[in-house]
Amino acid sequence: MREPTLWIFHILAGIIILIFLGIHMGIMHLDTILTSLGVGYKNPLNWSSVLIRNKALFFTITYILLLGAALYHGFYGLRNILFELSLGKSAQKAVNWLLFFVGLFLFIYGGYAAIAAYVI
Amino acid sequence: MADQKEQETSVFTEEVIKEVIFRVHRFSPDDGKPPRMQDYKVPVKRGMTVLDGLHYIRDNLDSTLSYRFSCRMAICGSCGMFINNLPRLACKTQILELEADTIEVKPLPNYEVIKDLVPDLSDFFEKHRSVMPYLIREEEEEKIDPPTNEFLQTPDELERFLQFAYCTKCGLCLAGCPTVATDKVFLGPMALAQAFRYNSDTRDQGFEKRLELLCVPEGPWRCHFAGSCSEVCPKGVDPALGVQLLKGQIVFTKLGLKKPHKIAPLATEKPEAKRRPGIPEAPPRTVKKSEKL
Amino acid sequence: MANGTISKPENRLGIVGWFYAGSFSFERYAYILHRITGLGILLYFLLHIFGSSARISGQSSWESLMHFLGKPIFVAGEYLVFIAFCFHAMNGIRLILGELGFSIGKPGRPVYPYRISLNRQRPLLVVFMIIAVIFILLGGYDFFIAGH
Repeated sequence: MREPTLWIFHILAGIIILIFLGIHMGIMHLDTILTSLGVGYKNPLNWSSVLIRNKALFFTITYILLLGAALYHGFYGLRNILFELSLGKSAQKAVNWLLFFVGLFLFIYGGYAAIAAYVI
Repeated sequence: MADQKEQETSVFTEEVIKEVIFRVHRFSPDDGKPPRMQDYKVPVKRGMTVLDGLHYIRDNLDSTLSYRFSCRMAICGSCGMFINNLPRLACKTQILELEADTIEVKPLPNYEVIKDLVPDLSDFFEKHRSVMPYLIREEEEEKIDPPTNEFLQTPDELERFLQFAYCTKCGLCLAGCPTVATDKVFLGPMALAQAFRYNSDTRDQGFEKRLELLCVPEGPWRCHFAGSCSEVCPKGVDPALGVQLLKGQIVFTKLGLKKPHKIAPLATEKPEAKRRPGIPEAPPRTVKKSEKL
Repeated sequence: MANGTISKPENRLGIVGWFYAGSFSFERYAYILHRITGLGILLYFLLHIFGSSARISGQSSWESLMHFLGKPIFVAGEYLVFIAFCFHAMNGIRLILGELGFSIGKPGRPVYPYRISLNRQRPLLVVFMIIAVIFILLGGYDFFIAGH
């Protein structure tokens, strides 16, 4: 009964990513167009601009949300691809645990970075 | 009159239009040689199908060629082959419509090869069997006293699954499916579409039982809607539609957004039929009614 | 196969079957592009987690990383990731709708010429691909013409 749950979370994570990664991509890569429309940041990769976002609670929270959603979505997709290579049951289990622990580590590491940037 | 006759003869002409090369996959488990391709020259007449071409080869050029066919009219689904890089029914593929001078005929991919052009479909049928493709009834009374009347189903309820009931189990969909290309255990478009077909039948009460079989890694979650199965389906069954609807059915039922379908009632009495005016009575029986009936 | 000596060739298309799309329609190509772009974005994302963590070590380490990543080859690579994201996102919306059973129609009687679910959702595909191309062009303007 686990598979449909994992799949529906994949879709939900996809929707979260669509919204927040959309915002992120807009700020980072459509900055000249957006600033000419009066939103976003000029030169988003400048330290002063990074500092503003580090200290904004909205960005800290959404970064962590995006981090979790993207890790889940990406690793579920990778799991799909690996499973479709005719893995045996034990190999499937190994892939599940490996992706779970790598994902957890990256979530903790990235989450720590986002919180540390907010607190420092 | 004469004009019409002339036209008819020109449509069913026996004239050889062109000669094509049939590049046919050969493999025999007995001779110990690796699979290879062999060329045959086949004269093509109007209306000739790839199956007719294979018949020509077998009858005139090489009687050792093996292939599977039966009805030669796209009903039985026996002659599925990989013709010019697409899974097709040999009997439904016109040679002239391929517009090629070389026609490559291989056995359906993603199945083991038994001989020449004959794929081993036993896995495919096993997958079909594994989703319980039959009506499951849960009423205890019926187990003791099997009903003799029919279940009542509206035309609308019939339409919900009828399309998938047209499946002839030819196996082309699995040959087109990119997931099956690498995944041996994935149930595949046919079995999943059939699972949806029985889940959606109002006479069926086996949704919960089938759910257990489908909520596994090799279930519909391995489908990513490339849609190739529907494109190659020779009967317009659209298995991709069935698989996507199955996913929605499972997820929305699990989330409580979709209620299980209502169960078709048993017809308690025979509907009264009235003879339309002007229709004569049937002639008397010529065979005596059996005692048992 | 009682004697076990007869070996049947497996004849599976293998990973070639993922990529080989022959005369199948665009949905099959979208399938493999979705897979490739997904893997590409995932790879970038894993590097990105470590890269953007440089901001907790202060201004100088951040600025030296940004200077290093400012080389044209990295900008071009980033633009590729942007393209991949635009495609993956737009195709993803179509897939979510399709796989949950919206936009693909209802079962009907198969009457020749068959109209299948792929045909019914194709307008959606076209619209989303146009949107993706618009975003890719806007991004290209921002990446290379407006300049950083």
